Amino acid sequence: MAFKGKVTIDREKCKGCGLCVEFCPRGTLELDKKINTQGYNPAVVTDQDNCNACGFCFLVCPDMVVEVEKIKEGSK
Amino acid sequence: MSRVLMKGNDAIGAGAIAANCRYYYGYPITPQNEIGEYMSSEMPKAGGVFIQAESEVAAINMVYGTSATGARVMTSSSGPGISLKMEGISYIAAAELPCVIVNIMRGGPGLGNIAPSQSDYFQATKGGGHGDYRLIVLAPSSVQEIYDFTRQAFYLADKYRIPAIILGDGFLGQMMEVVELADSAKDDEYARIPEKPWAITGCKGREKNIVNTLLIEPDTLEKHNWKLKDKYQQIAENEKRADLYRVDDAEILVAAFGISARISKEAVDMARDEGIKVGLIRPITLWPFPDHVFKNLDSVKGILTVEMNTGQMIEDVRLSVEGKIPVEFYGRTGGNLPDSTAIFEEIKRMGGM
Amino acid sequence: MSTVLKKTRSLEDTKLHYCPGCSHGIVHRLVCEVIDEMEMREQTVGIAPVGCSVFLDAYFDFDIIQAAHGRAPAVATGVKRALPENLVFTYQGDGDLASIGMSEMVHAAARGERITIIFINNTNYGMTGGQMAPTTLEQQVTTTTPAGRDTRLAGFPIQVPELLSSLPGAVYLSRVSAHNPKNINKAKKSIRKAFQAQMDGLGFSLVEILSTCPTNWRMNPVQSIQWLEENMMEIYPLGELKSVEGVS
Repeated sequence: MAFKGKVTIDREKCKGCGLCVEFCPRGTLELDKKINTQGYNPAVVTDQDNCNACGFCFLVCPDMVVEVEKIKEGSK
Repeated sequence: MSRVLMKGNDAIGAGAIAANCRYYYGYPITPQNEIGEYMSSEMPKAGGVFIQAESEVAAINMVYGTSATGARVMTSSSGPGISLKMEGISYIAAAELPCVIVNIMRGGPGLGNIAPSQSDYFQATKGGGHGDYRLIVLAPSSVQEIYDFTRQAFYLADKYRIPAIILGDGFLGQMMEVVELADSAKDDEYARIPEKPWAITGCKGREKNIVNTLLIEPDTLEKHNWKLKDKYQQIAENEKRADLYRVDDAEILVAAFGISARISKEAVDMARDEGIKVGLIRPITLWPFPDHVFKNLDSVKGILTVEMNTGQMIEDVRLSVEGKIPVEFYGRTGGNLPDSTAIFEEIKRMGGM
Repeated sequence: MSTVLKKTRSLEDTKLHYCPGCSHGIVHRLVCEVIDEMEMREQTVGIAPVGCSVFLDAYFDFDIIQAAHGRAPAVATGVKRALPENLVFTYQGDGDLASIGMSEMVHAAARGERITIIFINNTNYGMTGGQMAPTTLEQQVTTTTPAGRDTRLAGFPIQVPELLSSLPGAVYLSRVSAHNPKNINKAKKSIRKAFQAQMDGLGFSLVEILSTCPTNWRMNPVQSIQWLEENMMEIYPLGELKSVEGVS
């Protein structure tokens, strides 16, 4: 695996549209059962290790609440 | 100082360019076609931009765009075209953008005809568009005034960040008179474009600038409405203008603007020759209306308003005298001129002769 | 060594008011990323429409003018003629552009104005609650075609880039989509080509972006992605309708 990914999601700004969950090829994201202050079920990272930093979640997020750090394999 | 025999419509173009207007967007409509034609040749020579837009709606919105960048810009039309520009004018007024709009009035309503009239007075002074807004309205009555008022319109528009309208008519637009041109060597106050830190130029070296008229929060919009009202109050206090002729001992007054005032002046002289004490008040700023010259007219027994419409400015005259003096009306429409002898007869009737 | 995918410079941090799953946010990101990659933020002027994206001035960190409904191409013309070195683009929805603003769009293209139109096609008037737009599909239900768009009464959907392609002044016309990662990346390339064509002074450019409107389509965001793919792309085929020599 060339890259590892570290995904962070701004829990309070997320509107729970579910597009990142839909398009994540590795199923590392889910919509949280607990709602945020807006009343939406925000996306949360549930399987960080499985992420290869493909960035799909970042690409499809309409509210730009996702950040993806692409870490080269083997470096800290 | 050079003197040139010039058509009214051309004088508008010349005045605009003399005031450093470098953008003109227009659309053909009689009786002001010469303005666009003049600009199509002269603007490029001055290093400016001329576009014949696809409609008057497009033209006024091009004005909105260019004005937002801080440049001096103008559009011209006649009544029907000015009607089409109304939404754009409301936006420009709301956004506090300066520009000059010219209306060379023609017969109306509807397609009316291409003959001259003054029937867009209400549209210009009471606001034909939506919302609480005003425009500075200047009414020339000679080709020299057309030239000078156009230059002054740019100056006032920039000074107060407001659209200014030149309200002429088919006669003024088509007739030719000698014009003394501004001396471009001399520092011309009207040609100086002030600093515009608010302008849209690309945010290099500053925070972004926004030109927007959507104020979705009621408190925000109300604050803006009253801010505009204060501006209009300030303009009213500083910019009212009227031309007075033989009024000092007048017992009867004629009130008229533009071409009607020129004709009325002849009637006033005819009446004076017959011993009738009559004078002429010629409003120059139709907004802000020069109500101050209609106050304290203790010796005046009656006012005759002469217009080329069925009675519009008469309402502002009545408002100004506050019922103290009876105000009567004489008008011709459809492109017919009020004849000086007919006006003279009216003056005599009012004078009890 | 690591790189981070995050919000680009030209985007403000303001929370977007758009509905969950609405494509506007994605297109906002693409436009701003292209502007930043071209290092044009300080020379950019955006023209906002009347519609869901009327609040562009809150979301973009560069000069913005909000135009009357449908008139953005004329406003952009006035800006570009005064600021020829600047990047000037309009951002308009299908009602703003192809209904009330059709004349301004067509004539800006006919004049070959060096402006770019970013055209969001979500087949309805979003801001006003989901009425029919010129791009509403046949039989598509909207609040003003309650029994579905009957073409005998309400006419046929309009294909904008195809409509403009006969105009010599239009040098780059493309239709892309924002409904999945692959197409989102292609959309970004298209926006870049359009902006570049403008800055190279070639002429008028327009990029139509098929977009979802979950709220007014009465679907959830994921369903709206499928609906777009299954219904819109047939009527609105993706691709570069026009790319004259010199567009890179």
